[in-house]
Amino acid sequence: MTGKTLYDKIWDAHLVDCAEDGTSLLYIDRHLVHEVTSPQAFEGLRMSGRTVRKPGNTIAVPDHNVPTTEGREAGIENEESRIQVEALDRNAREFGIHYYPVSDVRQGIVHIIGPEQGWTLPGMTVVCGDSHTATHGAFGALAHGIGTSEVEHVLATQTLIQTKSKNMKVEITGKLAPGVTAKDITLSVIGHTGTAGGTGYVIEYCGEAIRALSMEGRMTVCNMAIEGGARAGLIAPDETTFAYVRGRPHAPKGAQWEAALAWWKTLQSDEDAHWDKVVTLKGEDIAPVVTWGTSPEDVLPITANVPDPSDFTGGKVGAARRSLDYMGLEPGQKLSDIEIDTVFIGSCTNGRIEDLRAAARILEGKKIKVKRAMVVPGSGLVRAQAEEEGLADIFRQAGFEWRMAGCSMCLAMNPDQLAPGERCAATSNRNFEGRQGRGGRTHLMSPAMAAAAAVTGHLTDVRELMQPQAEPA
Amino acid sequence: MEKFTTLHGIAAPLPLINVDTDMIIPKQFLKTIKREGLGVNLFDEMRYDDDGNEIPGFVLNQPAYRDAEILIAGDNFGCGSSREHAPWAIKDFGIRCIVAPSFADIFYNNCFKNGILPIALPQEQVDKLMADAEKGANARMTVDLERQEITTSEGEVIAFEVDAFRKHCLMEGLDDIGLTMEKSAAIDSYESRAAQSRPWV
Ligand code: SF4
Repeated sequence: MTGKTLYDKIWDAHLVDCAEDGTSLLYIDRHLVHEVTSPQAFEGLRMSGRTVRKPGNTIAVPDHNVPTTEGREAGIENEESRIQVEALDRNAREFGIHYYPVSDVRQGIVHIIGPEQGWTLPGMTVVCGDSHTATHGAFGALAHGIGTSEVEHVLATQTLIQTKSKNMKVEITGKLAPGVTAKDITLSVIGHTGTAGGTGYVIEYCGEAIRALSMEGRMTVCNMAIEGGARAGLIAPDETTFAYVRGRPHAPKGAQWEAALAWWKTLQSDEDAHWDKVVTLKGEDIAPVVTWGTSPEDVLPITANVPDPSDFTGGKVGAARRSLDYMGLEPGQKLSDIEIDTVFIGSCTNGRIEDLRAAARILEGKKIKVKRAMVVPGSGLVRAQAEEEGLADIFRQAGFEWRMAGCSMCLAMNPDQLAPGERCAATSNRNFEGRQGRGGRTHLMSPAMAAAAAVTGHLTDVRELMQPQAEPA
Repeated sequence: MEKFTTLHGIAAPLPLINVDTDMIIPKQFLKTIKREGLGVNLFDEMRYDDDGNEIPGFVLNQPAYRDAEILIAGDNFGCGSSREHAPWAIKDFGIRCIVAPSFADIFYNNCFKNGILPIALPQEQVDKLMADAEKGANARMTVDLERQEITTSEGEVIAFEVDAFRKHCLMEGLDDIGLTMEKSAAIDSYESRAAQSRPWV
């Protein structure tokens, strides 16, 4: 008998029922809820007289719509946003689920606060009405986005109807070069496999370069599994994971911790497990990258030039032409010549403390040369920690706006938006047309690369701004 | 949920790859707390100019396709966010069936929950249907879920695959939650087992 992958193991541990055709009922350990994709689900429960089966395992936080300016406790100006956040307040109270309101210092982007509060643990199933739920896979949890009908289904039954995905292994061997980060890994993988390369699969990321990442970096990698089309991304838990989880408010304690740890240590793919698809990249080959187009697969090293649509085949020729037109770029132009108006550092991809540290390291003692730059911590606690470490001062002195926690300009549902034609270096995860505001032009990159663009005014190879590294002895 | 059995209607061609959920329904329309009324904003940024006037070149603004019930599109349709507002907008516009070479996973799932049939077919067959759709309003296609067949306006028959359980739910208009609730004994027993094996959850 062949061995099992990590995905197989978690799947099997959560199987409630399996029909002959493979349609399965999967038990859900954690359900995260935010204001945009939940109102219709709670309304559905109310209309059919149903309740939340496990309110204690259901966690809600407003993040997409909330303003990120100080003094926001005064209330949300935009009426529709306010109605949506008020609906979440009401639903959380009425159905008795855990809730982090805007006024709570622990409020933040749902995918940041789940791990931060210890709600996300290895071996769990975690769902949320949001595609970037994949983030939680960094803990070795099976985590994926669901639609609103499924949100209602999980609220009512604590289960989800699923068919099993195939297993895909993405291995990043060796070590990353200086200046190369988790964001460069995840973008490079998508550049390699395409946005549909993972469709039908759950990805497990492994290899030396993945093992060497912090939990923050692993979350960045898994966060964008969805951009590669995969249902979820996973990283097997190890000492790094356990050290992060230990002592978090909702992590197990005492004897339960020991029992949990014993099980978590078994959560690895077996040597002889079967993989339906394997992709291997060498860590040494990964460069700091940026996107040039309007799909996350439009990835190139910062040292490259804007491609020519005729370099592609099939539907991609037209798509590339349309992208370049939208982005206002010419084939052959050097990526590092592209001028930037705005810099956005934040989002569930790169709004954690390590991301802010990486950006601050580049910004220290420098001033921005772009029209505006903002940094939006992923949670109130990340913000507080960054203030304590003096990072907030570095950002402010460089000319950045220092914001309150939320999704902010990642999808621009709140007042933080790009104007038509405005070009942004962003640490978020989607460069779709109009994502950051109608007509706005987004280049995705790592926090360090975004900081580099901020201080030079154009896309920049961060390695040029780094202190020379001491030669290893 | 509304049942889906057979559909005989106009198919609109949208030969774009990677049509993402931000294109299908831009985020400014996600602020609703209802499911209805999103059809007028389907493909909003491609369909209307900055002043809110229709862009005549966009397929769904053309007289031949205003009443389209089928959409033929390029690879990786529905990629991006999990927002169910995307299928809600599609359904509210009147489209009940989408044909493409491939679909993004969450979007594909969301379609079935809303009485929409997504059909994945090999590129050559999608090309054929695309060409048929380009003939305009008189070129009606038939989608027969029971037989799992699409018939073009010329009478050519193309077979498609669909998961048996999903087909059943779509044809009967079944509500997933109701179906799962019938299995509450199995859920109860799973929970008591898990309370032993994973008490920290
Ligand atoms: S930060 Fe962006 S991607 Fe993440 S949950 Fe918020 S809107 Fe979605």
